[in-house]
Amino acid sequence: MAEESRIEEVGLPVLGQKAPDFEAVTTQGILRLSDYEGTWLVLFSHPADFTPVCTTEFIAFSNIYEELKKRNVELLGLSVDSVSSHIAWTRNIEEKMGVKIPFPVIADLNKEVTRKYGMIHPEQSKTETVRCVFVIDPESKIRAIIYYPLTTGRNMKEILRLIDALQTTDKHKVATPANWNPGDPVVIPPPATAEQAEQRLKEGYECKDWYLCMKKL
Amino acid sequence: MQRLVPLHEETVITMPCVSPDGKPTSSGIALLKSLKNGASSPNEIASNTGQPLFRVRSGLRELKNAGFVEEEEEGKYWLSKKGQILVR
Repeated sequence: MAEESRIEEVGLPVLGQKAPDFEAVTTQGILRLSDYEGTWLVLFSHPADFTPVCTTEFIAFSNIYEELKKRNVELLGLSVDSVSSHIAWTRNIEEKMGVKIPFPVIADLNKEVTRKYGMIHPEQSKTETVRCVFVIDPESKIRAIIYYPLTTGRNMKEILRLIDALQTTDKHKVATPANWNPGDPVVIPPPATAEQAEQRLKEGYECKDWYLCMKKL
Repeated sequence: MQRLVPLHEETVITMPCVSPDGKPTSSGIALLKSLKNGASSPNEIASNTGQPLFRVRSGLRELKNAGFVEEEEEGKYWLSKKGQILVR
């Protein structure tokens, strides 16, 4: 593959940037990214309909849908398949596995959204999207990105934890440490000056040292 | 590049609020009814009907393109004459 087309296939978005706009055909009609302004959005891709790992993921995403809605988060799936294929597959999941798929799924046959979000990684597959997750905030900014290979199903607990962490950061202006879960202590942003560093140890936080201070919310 | 599913399978684009013959579906009628009492914003309609905001926005866009609603500059929608006839 020529270097130019390789770059076009893997044009990766960047954290903090406005998410690339799109208008796409989905299983719930024609949707635009701007239709989600004011809510959080998890835009995720799967390699293909009627495949085993993707089926387990769709069931798992459906299982956390209510939890996501409690957090003002919507789900939007995507693959390079047709709407008819998406409908047939989601109907099959409901019929055979008893799980209704409540969220829309983009039929990105012309790969317009796929290209904008760098969802095809040619070393994985030249035709199928890898397992991407884009967490987009209510102002349409990309806040987190996860890429998983075709062989590895995603962890829904981690996606919920990630959203909880981002929303906690926004609400309380704090950071979250490794393996953080809601209710755990959060990290105070480190001091920016020597004077603030001196002061930090006197502010009543639980500190290991001036640069690592935690508090309970 | 070989496609998994040929393009020609994409025969009808799904329009949840307006059917291919140009008439509003039950979802479309429900949205039109939510405007019976005057102009509303997508946020107000979503709040009053419990529908997700993205569905309300895309549905209003369909209804506007089909001439059933009109949009003010402030982003509020109201019933057009064609829309009023349907939910009278």
